[in-house]
Amino acid sequence: MGNNGSTSELSSRLLRLVIVGHVDHGKSTLVGRLLSDTGTLPEGKLDFIRDICKQQGKEFEFAFLLDALEEEQEQGITIDTSQIFFSTAQRKYVIIDAPGHKEFLKNMVTGAADAEAALLMIDANEGVQEQSRRHGYILKLLGLTQVAVVINKMDLVDYDEKVYSKIRTEYTAFLDSLGIEAREFIPVSAKLGVNIAALKDEMPWYKGPTVLNMVDQFEKKPPPDHLPFRFPVQDVYKFDERRIIAGRVESGKLKTGDRVIFSPSNKQAVVKSIEAWSVPEQPNVATSSESIGFTLDEQIFVERGDVCSLMDQLPIVSTTFDANVFWMGKRNLEKGRKFTLKLNTQEVECEVVDFKKAIDASTLETLTNQDYIAKNDVAELTLKTRTPVAFDLFGSIATTGRFVLVDEFDVCGGGIITTYTPATKSDKLRDEVRTRDFNWIKSDITPDERAYRNGHRAALILVTGDPSSGKGPLARILEHSLFQNNFQSYLLDRRNVNLGVGADLDDPKNSGESESARRLGEVAKLFLDAGHVVISTSNAFHQEDQADLRLLANPYQVVEIQVGSQSSGEPDLVLSLDEAQNAKEASVKIQNFLKEKKILMGHNYSI
Amino acid sequence: MDHLDELENQSIFILREAYKNFKNLAMLWSIGKDSTILVWLARKAFFGHCPIPLVHIDTTYKIPAMIEYRDRVAKEWGLNLVVGKNQKALDEGMNHEKGRLVCCEALKTNGLHCIMEEHGYTGLILGIRRDEEGTRAKERYFSPRDKNFEWNFKDQPPELWDQYKTTFADDTHIRIHPILHWTELNVWEYIQREKIPIIDLYFATPEGKRYRSLGCAPCTGTIDSTAKNVDEIVEELKNNTTTSERSGRAQDQEDTYAMQKLRARGYM
Repeated sequence: MGNNGSTSELSSRLLRLVIVGHVDHGKSTLVGRLLSDTGTLPEGKLDFIRDICKQQGKEFEFAFLLDALEEEQEQGITIDTSQIFFSTAQRKYVIIDAPGHKEFLKNMVTGAADAEAALLMIDANEGVQEQSRRHGYILKLLGLTQVAVVINKMDLVDYDEKVYSKIRTEYTAFLDSLGIEAREFIPVSAKLGVNIAALKDEMPWYKGPTVLNMVDQFEKKPPPDHLPFRFPVQDVYKFDERRIIAGRVESGKLKTGDRVIFSPSNKQAVVKSIEAWSVPEQPNVATSSESIGFTLDEQIFVERGDVCSLMDQLPIVSTTFDANVFWMGKRNLEKGRKFTLKLNTQEVECEVVDFKKAIDASTLETLTNQDYIAKNDVAELTLKTRTPVAFDLFGSIATTGRFVLVDEFDVCGGGIITTYTPATKSDKLRDEVRTRDFNWIKSDITPDERAYRNGHRAALILVTGDPSSGKGPLARILEHSLFQNNFQSYLLDRRNVNLGVGADLDDPKNSGESESARRLGEVAKLFLDAGHVVISTSNAFHQEDQADLRLLANPYQVVEIQVGSQSSGEPDLVLSLDEAQNAKEASVKIQNFLKEKKILMGHNYSI
Repeated sequence: MDHLDELENQSIFILREAYKNFKNLAMLWSIGKDSTILVWLARKAFFGHCPIPLVHIDTTYKIPAMIEYRDRVAKEWGLNLVVGKNQKALDEGMNHEKGRLVCCEALKTNGLHCIMEEHGYTGLILGIRRDEEGTRAKERYFSPRDKNFEWNFKDQPPELWDQYKTTFADDTHIRIHPILHWTELNVWEYIQREKIPIIDLYFATPEGKRYRSLGCAPCTGTIDSTAKNVDEIVEELKNNTTTSERSGRAQDQEDTYAMQKLRARGYM
């Protein structure tokens, strides 16, 4: 990097540095030593710690600077992650001390998830241990690959180069298997201050940087402004006359006048203004990590969880994807149990449908024949969500490619999305519908104008139920009765679609059934585009096909009226068999329901 | 984006998460600089509005100028101010001479419990910061308290990728800390940049004394300083980082683990 404006701007921001590694390998001591050797400590703090140590009859312990909890000082371990500020001549740091005990992995994750660089500590005397490997793996999963290894307690092995080389070789091989390249292996004694702030004479064979030099060489990640624009909607505010869509730009840039699209609803609008309070001048551009708000030129329905992007750079929308997950829950992560997936501001129920590989994170050994993982382990797996979510692959946009899993009330796991293949039929169909809707050539007559003329909005009425339920006659009477009220109704009979549009399908009843459903859906969509109330009795359909019909009818409303108690999906209105027998009365009931739903509005909105 | 922008954007994100996830939310306003910038950040987050009620716990021992400032700013900014008091303890004559920790717990912690129960608040936003003292350095942005308001610091929820604990069992409430990641210097630099009107107890008197941290009159001392305005405080802090911010707060010095003990039982 050249010495230009942007470099100095980057270095003026502070770097978040985490210290990880196995319990007792000296993480807190290193941090204490760094603070002390850089003169960051408040006056009297060292004396204060000295007094506590004396009280407890212990040798002076740098770790007490961070391990502020009584229990931590008594037991000499770090229980929770701590954040502390310090600075070198070069720049400022937040230094995050993560606990190394296996019990406190979730606290280690909390500390490390927030960091931009890591120092991984290994005790020269004990060598590579369980948490040395587990923490390495977690760093990789967190996307934290700017790592230097600190080999501590060299004083206990007589500053022996052979010990250093052995650990270096062993741990390099391990990091290689993860695809991480350590920036340096630094031999130190944190307790005695060797190679921390200054290179000491004890190890003339070591020519590399001190810990302090090393951290100054770590780089700030450039902001992801060059990536596609992603804005997960956090909330929608109406505190005054403005309707403001609020959220944070996760990547990319937004300008006023941009046409934006919200996934998974596929709704579109143009950004009218970017709003801000008490700023020198009203902004017209927003970039990554800014918490902003904007207004739209049209009042489309947008809610928390929608992901806003630009037209030509859409996120993936799907219900299934592959991920690498680490688990911190007391109960196992297993197939068949429901969890809540939180991905940016989206929250949806999900379950594991396939364990591709369960891994013991302390050895990286595959746990064979295991379709669950226990606390502290990791897995490569396939997740399925109840409703579609919008995301990116972690490798392309990190902030929209990662998620947490919530079991009951607690965050119990975290994961990154590694691959997505439109595996299921409905994923493929969803992609198709999206392409169709984006390329759809719109009429000069707007849906609102049609609704005003017709007295109703376009909608697909699906009448479902057993063939003997009387839904067939009911649908015919509904069509007629709507027609008599001057509404544009059309009973779209699937058999008619099959006779013509589906004439080339070999056996529409069996293998061609889903294709037949797709064609019915596409024909319905044309009628909907023309502004009609389309009625269909879809008894032959599987529930899956009904979901497809809903998808194909997008963005028009679908109303499912179920006759009889037989449950299929989530009907909007249920009529009992007795009610359906009197088709005229049932038809009135349906029409009243459609009025309630603001589908039937009356001509010139007279209803 | 400079460092202050980064801090500001993160705090706004947290405030919005709090507002979206907790319907019965309140913000604690001690009148000090930290909770005052919190109010300012809320107005940034909600585009000039502060839709969250502000709770002030009146121990009746506060420095009188603090109450004047509170009422004036609340009126100017159109804030919904709720004042709470532990009247029972006051009637029974509670004061710091009965022991500083006992007094803090009765008038502040219990005063807070009373008002939270009265209004049914399930979320409380506080302006504490990690750099203030050791136990706060271990806090979460969203930190649960059980039905006795106790903080289980040995088993805190994980927090990663800005996903916070927003669901919890009945009888739990959540403390939300939107400026946890700021330092004292950041707070003053932000006050300077945003020109936030701050109470003048922080500025040095002609005698060369100023408050660095505000609390109850009997337990809060001044420091030697010549910093008469915000710019001079920023300079003072940049040059002198070796005394602790809370050195004027007597309750902290009562016991080695004073803050841990107070905070485990629900102190801010």
